[in-house]
Amino acid sequence: MPDTLTKFIFGRLTLESLPLHEPIVVGTFVVVALGGLALLGAVTYFKLWGYLWREWFTSVDHKKIGIMYMVLGLVMLLRGFSDAIMMRLQQAIAFNGSEGYLNAHHYDQIFTAHGVIMIFFVAMPFVTGLMNFVVPLQIGARDVSFPFLNNFSFWMTVGGAILVMASLFVGEFARTGWLAYPPLSGINYSPDVGVDYYIWALQVAGVGTTLSGINLICTIIKMRAPGMTMMRMPVFTWTSLCTNVLIVASFPVLTAVLTLLALDRYVGTNFFTNDFGGNPMMYVNLIWIWGHPEVYILILPLFGVFSEVTSTFSGKRLFGYTSMVYATVVITILSYLVWLHHFFTMGSGASVNSFFGITTMIISIPTGAKMFNWLFTMYRGRIRFELPMMWTLAFMLTFVVGGMTGVLLAVPPADFVLHNSLFLIAHFHNVIIGGVLFGLFAGIAYWWPKAFGFRLDPFWGKVSFWCWVLGFWLAFMPLYILGLMGVTRRMRVFDDPSLQIWFVIAAFGAVLIACGIAAFLVQIFVSIRKRAELVDVTGDPWDGRTLEWSTSSPPPAYNFAFTPIIRDNDAWWDMKKAGYRRPLSGFRPIHMPSNTGTGVVLAAFSVALGFGLIWYMWWLAALSFVCLIATAIGHTFNYHRDFDIPAAEIAQTEEVRTTLLAAEGARA
Amino acid sequence: MKRSGALLLFPLAVLLSGCDFVVLSPAGDVAAQQRDLLVVSTLLMLLIIVPVMALTVFFAWRYRQSSTTATYTPDWDHSTKLELVIWAAPLLVIICLGALTWLGTHLLDPYRRIDRIEAGRPVTQNHRPLKVEVVALDWKWLFIYPDYGIASVNELAAPVNQPIDFRITSSTVMNSFYIPALAGQIYAMPAMETKLHAVINRPGTYTGFSANYSGAGFSGMRFAFHGLTDQAFADWVAQAKSAQATLSRETYLALERPSENEPVRHYASIDPDLYGAILNLCVERGKMCMNEMMSIDARGGLGLAGVRNTLPLQYDKLARRGAVFGNDPSYVASICTAEEAAAASRAARDADDKAWPLRDLSPLRGVGLLAPGAGSRRADAETPSLGLLRFEL
Repeated sequence: MPDTLTKFIFGRLTLESLPLHEPIVVGTFVVVALGGLALLGAVTYFKLWGYLWREWFTSVDHKKIGIMYMVLGLVMLLRGFSDAIMMRLQQAIAFNGSEGYLNAHHYDQIFTAHGVIMIFFVAMPFVTGLMNFVVPLQIGARDVSFPFLNNFSFWMTVGGAILVMASLFVGEFARTGWLAYPPLSGINYSPDVGVDYYIWALQVAGVGTTLSGINLICTIIKMRAPGMTMMRMPVFTWTSLCTNVLIVASFPVLTAVLTLLALDRYVGTNFFTNDFGGNPMMYVNLIWIWGHPEVYILILPLFGVFSEVTSTFSGKRLFGYTSMVYATVVITILSYLVWLHHFFTMGSGASVNSFFGITTMIISIPTGAKMFNWLFTMYRGRIRFELPMMWTLAFMLTFVVGGMTGVLLAVPPADFVLHNSLFLIAHFHNVIIGGVLFGLFAGIAYWWPKAFGFRLDPFWGKVSFWCWVLGFWLAFMPLYILGLMGVTRRMRVFDDPSLQIWFVIAAFGAVLIACGIAAFLVQIFVSIRKRAELVDVTGDPWDGRTLEWSTSSPPPAYNFAFTPIIRDNDAWWDMKKAGYRRPLSGFRPIHMPSNTGTGVVLAAFSVALGFGLIWYMWWLAALSFVCLIATAIGHTFNYHRDFDIPAAEIAQTEEVRTTLLAAEGARA
Repeated sequence: MKRSGALLLFPLAVLLSGCDFVVLSPAGDVAAQQRDLLVVSTLLMLLIIVPVMALTVFFAWRYRQSSTTATYTPDWDHSTKLELVIWAAPLLVIICLGALTWLGTHLLDPYRRIDRIEAGRPVTQNHRPLKVEVVALDWKWLFIYPDYGIASVNELAAPVNQPIDFRITSSTVMNSFYIPALAGQIYAMPAMETKLHAVINRPGTYTGFSANYSGAGFSGMRFAFHGLTDQAFADWVAQAKSAQATLSRETYLALERPSENEPVRHYASIDPDLYGAILNLCVERGKMCMNEMMSIDARGGLGLAGVRNTLPLQYDKLARRGAVFGNDPSYVASICTAEEAAAASRAARDADDKAWPLRDLSPLRGVGLLAPGAGSRRADAETPSLGLLRFEL
């Protein structure tokens, strides 16, 4: 009887589920636990809980939520990169009969977790965070359309990340590769909790991503300042709009396909099984109908960042704004017509394969046009090689190589010899690191002064830059070479000793990238220490062109005391040229949304629900589901949703800025 | 400076020269044509990539802030002529590449029978393709030679300069059948059959493996592929025929259980219906074959009786637990005997082979055009002479 009771309470969870027999995991746990305890202790010691809860966790301010997204992305980057360096080490030593230091059970989880974390919990939070912070400022809005939804979306993303992190210490993660193809991910071949962690982590985070997409679309469509027509929107806002359209159109497909997989695993349906008429190829198609747009979801906003940065640091209007916008829209549409290029080798006919190959190549036309537009923005400019511009140049030189190998892989017969090889791995890291990550670093260096009121330390930024760029080339060029030698991905041990040298070089590259990440963290730390030196009171440290540079750094809670009126797509540049003067009086109360803890609570119940489903703790799943619904309904009766910032308070805030600006002007 | 650059490049050159770039120098004609396409596409794209990279560096240097001589035009942001060029240049490259892709994809369609042994040597009626049935197992490869009645595990052999006709399936999860020296890969999927046609031109021992992650033993899922002269191949077949083991349904079920790093082994004889049974997931006697099920369903199905026509599963390949809320694991009971099902399966395959006659590639004429002198489409199918774009009948 107590046995049944234990089973009822804990479901599948037993003491054996804890990976106590894996010394590496135990070691990691000890480090994480000690670090976590130290952090919690520090927060308690400095009595920061109340501050964090009131000012950050429950905040509906798009700027704070954006920053929290970036923190989440950074923390998860450390986890995802640890996985990467473990893989590189394993592949560098598993030669000549050596098994390396990771067994298959552990190694297969690592490469799955690396992919899932880097895409869903690093790149996505970074991109969403950047859009959240910048877009309302660029369009002259005071917040997003649905501020509470924004907070809720963020915490759901955190919820998904918590589930993935929990799998490291409680149970295991999927051993299927990051897209969990059935039948391998079906209950027959993956009966353990790994795939369930995968499903529920992505489902919980997916809710957040979809809602955040809806929110930003509404914001961009409905909340632009007067005069900002669609064709006067900054390019970053345009690319964000397209990205969020892609999110809203593609994430439901992911949700649906994971639901079908979950049904197969939980109630014995046969959507993707071998027997009873199931068809795994359907899963592969559906997941890539989400998966390919996802690639553009990640890269498009960064194309926007590069446009802003190139134009600002060349001191020149963006070349070909209109064609830039159309190129973005064309890419958005075409990204839905190419998914099959991820599985040319599944046996589709030649006509189907060539159709998808050619549509893929067509995407390179607008992308190429963008590249030329950046090039001609630099042409006859006055280029300042600040950190964001350095990242942009590194991007331009790196990304074209990745683009070329991408088009190469779009030729089906060439794909037949390179598919699933390390050449493919090198290709997508080339575009994701060279495009998304370089863009994020450019964006962080560019907008950091806006977010915090002081610049990032350039010395450590340059150290980080060179470590990253050289590390990237050193880590991934060997993979291109190995791919041409016919080496496939996800291998744990090798029998051809002549390959080893390349894996060793790649491992050194990974170490260099680790230095780049460390230098980035040092840069942040040093910049905070030297913030008095690096301070910028003007709010416009780069001689910027778009609206976010017209307000103070950091911007006040209400962003703009008066909503600006827009006459040009480089709105702030236009205002500066026209001799714009800050209004100093006539302030009126501003209507703003109130903070709420509901998002945190809902996400917490979602995590509990996911955990209950993963471990078959049905009481927990049922209870948390009921609580989830009850909280959501309860929140609709919350009438303390908004307040007015009194005019006097605004006048005071603006007065402080006036004084600062006057002091700065006197100094200059 | 230049000398130090050369010194830096030297170790790289040494490294590269020591490598076997099998994808770039394959031993099979199909892989060689795929390599050609890869190289031509790369060169075509370099036409754009190199100028872009050069211009990036040049503009960055020329228009640096400290430059005193460079022109500065802060408001210049449009030029219709330039816009035309920057859209047209990639477009032209993509048009060329697209044409190349369309042709190459049809020409190198793995399902299409090859029509040349190598450049200048077309396949004739004298070439008898070697049929090989490939089964990806957890975690090893089974190769069945239906024409010779033999089978091997983790070792594949074929005579050089003979077309090879692969039929590929998997017993449990997805794999990808790939011998880089021979031809591009194709997925191996359970209950489905993919095809690959290729030829090996140089004798030698090459590596084959699974190129799609399939679980714990994936890294060891490798096999040797021997390209042999006709005599050596005959010897290899004789050697296989003298092996002790035979491959029946029962021995297959034992072989199918998950195992890693399996040694090479040969089977002197095989159950001729085994491959069809594997493909249709009915090696276990009493289980309904997929093709049987589909043919029943195509005629309207068994109705409610069909829903109840299941038996509880006694054995499964892995520790199957079944879905937590689902029915107990079961399988659909067969209606025909295994022999009847196999006979039906064979008939279907024969019909399939007839529907896929040998064709040669010489004149390129486009879809639907008739060869000169051919009286009708039917006659044309018998004496094939149509171009490579003609792939439907």
